[in-house]
Amino acid sequence: MDIDLYLQVQELNARYAQIIDEDRLEVWPDFFTEDARYRITTAENLQQGLPLALVYANSRAMLRDRVRALRDANVYEAQRYRHILGPPLLEKSEEGQVRVLTSFMVARIMHTGETMLFATGRYEDRIVSDAEGLRFAEKLVVLDSRQVDTLLAIPL
Amino acid sequence: MLAEKLTNVEIQPRRWPAEGLTRVPYWVYSAPDLFVQEQEQIFRGPTWSFLCLEAELPGPNTYRRSNLGNMPVVVTRDAEGKLNAFENRCAHRGSLLCLHERGEAKDISCVYHNWSYDLAGNLTGVAFRKGLGGKGGMPPDAKPDAHAPRKLRVETLGGLIFGTLSAETPALEDYLGAEFVTRIKRVMRAPVKVLGHFRQVLPSNWKLYIENVKDSYHASLLHAFFTTFRLNRLSQKGGIIVSESGGHHVSYSLAADTGGREYEQAGMRAAHENYGLEAPQVLTAVDEFGDGIGLQILSVFPGFVLQQTRNSLAVRRIVPVDVEKSELVWTCFGFETDDEEMTERRLLQANLIGPSGYISMEDGAAPGFVQRAVDPSPDVLSVVEMGGSSTESADNRVTEASVRGFWKAYRQHMGL
Repeated sequence: MDIDLYLQVQELNARYAQIIDEDRLEVWPDFFTEDARYRITTAENLQQGLPLALVYANSRAMLRDRVRALRDANVYEAQRYRHILGPPLLEKSEEGQVRVLTSFMVARIMHTGETMLFATGRYEDRIVSDAEGLRFAEKLVVLDSRQVDTLLAIPL
Repeated sequence: MLAEKLTNVEIQPRRWPAEGLTRVPYWVYSAPDLFVQEQEQIFRGPTWSFLCLEAELPGPNTYRRSNLGNMPVVVTRDAEGKLNAFENRCAHRGSLLCLHERGEAKDISCVYHNWSYDLAGNLTGVAFRKGLGGKGGMPPDAKPDAHAPRKLRVETLGGLIFGTLSAETPALEDYLGAEFVTRIKRVMRAPVKVLGHFRQVLPSNWKLYIENVKDSYHASLLHAFFTTFRLNRLSQKGGIIVSESGGHHVSYSLAADTGGREYEQAGMRAAHENYGLEAPQVLTAVDEFGDGIGLQILSVFPGFVLQQTRNSLAVRRIVPVDVEKSELVWTCFGFETDDEEMTERRLLQANLIGPSGYISMEDGAAPGFVQRAVDPSPDVLSVVEMGGSSTESADNRVTEASVRGFWKAYRQHMGL
């Protein structure tokens, strides 16, 4: 096993979760390549081979649009997440890219103080390396549950 | 559980405010006795509820679960291709018959004691009915199917399957009326291809969500994304149609905007200047219906919504779970004739809808905002006066006529 790569992936995951949990969403798109695919779907849709996603982006520009919409257009009650990520599972290393599976649990903390287990699931990532380090070329967020409570505004 | 909590609820005598349809008393969203009454008189009464798409039962011997109000039902396509729907409850001890969401089966048997049913919901077998070795079993005069799952009448329109428990419900097309049949067929123009599902738990009474759907006044004001990109401004040409019963509605608008500056001049939050998307593909639509209509939201009393937002098509059904909790089930679809490009377009435009939708996310929350605020004030009244007091169709959308229409139908069914 490439320990160095493993540690880099773990560091990338930890940083990714941190910027979301600290509400630094403007930095979020920088974790992705210019033509990255980012999707949030449910295990139910995936099992049935259905392509629908809650969030369906095929470029970093679309992720920046989502952040701007969340900041300037969409209306939702103030809330934060806390991501707890499992250890990454490095699936396959090819020339310049690696496939990684990571389990997550996300608690949602509402401004009212109400805290709930909001989402569990896995990231199915394809990570590439460029001059500045590792980036997600693809991140498929697979929710274990088919149900979302009220709304899913902040990305996972 | 809900049933235990509610079976002994006493029905309270209630009086609707004298102003009529322009006022809605807040007790209507929080009274447990009304929730019970609604199940009986509306959902299991003379109304049609949407169950699922025909495309979700792709071949003979397939089934899927759905709901009629809070009653679980099984919808099936039998060996001959005939559609059926029946209560998901065993005749014996009342267990759920069907535990899987969907699947293929020639018959359905209860896991609890293995009583079995055909796909029309007829009881076909009772395990050890005659006992074992002459001992046990049921008496010879027993009628095990005396409490068989209730069967729904089923009708379809344009690939949509509806069900009703009441013998008094008019034929589906009569229930809808010619104008609504045309508007439904407009969207359901070809054999359907299912793209996927969303399910959202809403912290509110089911009626608050349905009011939100029927409220053409809020759409461009709450949903700033909509307005900013000129997807839907009240200045766009459009209108609403309310059925004679009041219970069904259509709100529609043309894709093109007249380009007025009414929102900016009024300083509304929903209007941002120069707010462009870096990746406008989520909005790039084609006029697949050939009539220039960019948005058509259609509802059928009590809990069905057919949505066309540009090329994003979906059916939604509301499941009343508890007085203050509902589940919204979305099925997004395209057509079998769609090419890859069209499917991709629909998937990109699905960013507008669902629990994360640029437009729809607020609709999951807004009904809950009302619920939380009105719970302590059951005797205060909501004001529904935009566009006057009638339930007439209109050539504009600055009106709450379809919300009043809902209450007209609701009161008629509930005797309020």
